Amino acid sequence: MAGVVGMDQRNVHSAAAGVPVATAKSPAGPPGVVLTAPALSAAPAPQKTEYTEPVTEAEVPWVTIVWNDPVNLMSYVTLVFQKLLGHPRPRAEALMLDVHHKGRATVSNGPREQMEADVAKLQGAGLWATMAKDS
Amino acid sequence: MRPFHRRFGRYTGWLEPAEASLIADLVDQVRQLLANRRTESPTDPLAELTGMTLGPSTRPEDPAVARLLPDFHADDTELSAGLRVLHEPDLIAAKDAAAVALLDSLPRGGGQVRLDEEAANSWICALNDVRLALGVRLEITQDDALPPGAEDPESPEAAMYNTYRWLSAVQDSLVTALLD
Repeated sequence: MAGVVGMDQRNVHSAAAGVPVATAKSPAGPPGVVLTAPALSAAPAPQKTEYTEPVTEAEVPWVTIVWNDPVNLMSYVTLVFQKLLGHPRPRAEALMLDVHHKGRATVSNGPREQMEADVAKLQGAGLWATMAKDS
Repeated sequence: MRPFHRRFGRYTGWLEPAEASLIADLVDQVRQLLANRRTESPTDPLAELTGMTLGPSTRPEDPAVARLLPDFHADDTELSAGLRVLHEPDLIAAKDAAAVALLDSLPRGGGQVRLDEEAANSWICALNDVRLALGVRLEITQDDALPPGAEDPESPEAAMYNTYRWLSAVQDSLVTALLD
């Protein structure tokens, strides 16, 4: 996870002013920030996968895991744990630090459907979240 | 940019005109990436009848899109494929809604940004998606380390990295105001 340290106003200002606002529509323009490259013209045809519910013991608990990544801000991850998982601030901060230092942390546990919902919420917020059967 | 502050239940900040255009452009580019991905969804007559939208079962080829829409399970590919089919359309819709909410409350010519809590939450999500995509394009793999190519201050990578760091500061100031 990343922290924001030493960003003074001067740097901040020149950062934005120094980047030409280029879009994918102006290929002849100056080099800019173009997120839409590489082109997706050769996108593969979607495949249908038959997914069948595995027959498991009904009450095997599942967990939601959040993995460390270098982009998500420590402050943001804390806020997401508070808002989306309902953890109080100290718990949210402790989990965030666990993710940061240990590379991953289990942030919630429960029935599979609930973990599916938690993973979806956290991924919606941009966290790298997965689910797993508790072992 | 003037950092965000909470004042009378609103979150206010200030953007230069060029900064506002930059944010609008980058958020729009993320919307385009997600819109391209949406076209990869299968067309299923049964799904159309039931009103349920199903997503593709395969991981996005573009690594930036793959970072925005990760697998649900770290190593069970079959489970991940099944859950992607079920959840990806909603995830894309949620990300797009946050992007649209940001664009709706962004002063296009620059100036004061004034957000209620809901809009502020949309801003931090949408800015985060831009940063995630930029992080992949820049190949950022370590905290606070210069990405490849950015050592030369005149390089496009350095310009992109400055933008990334600037967006981090904008997002962090809003997150900090929301945490207070």
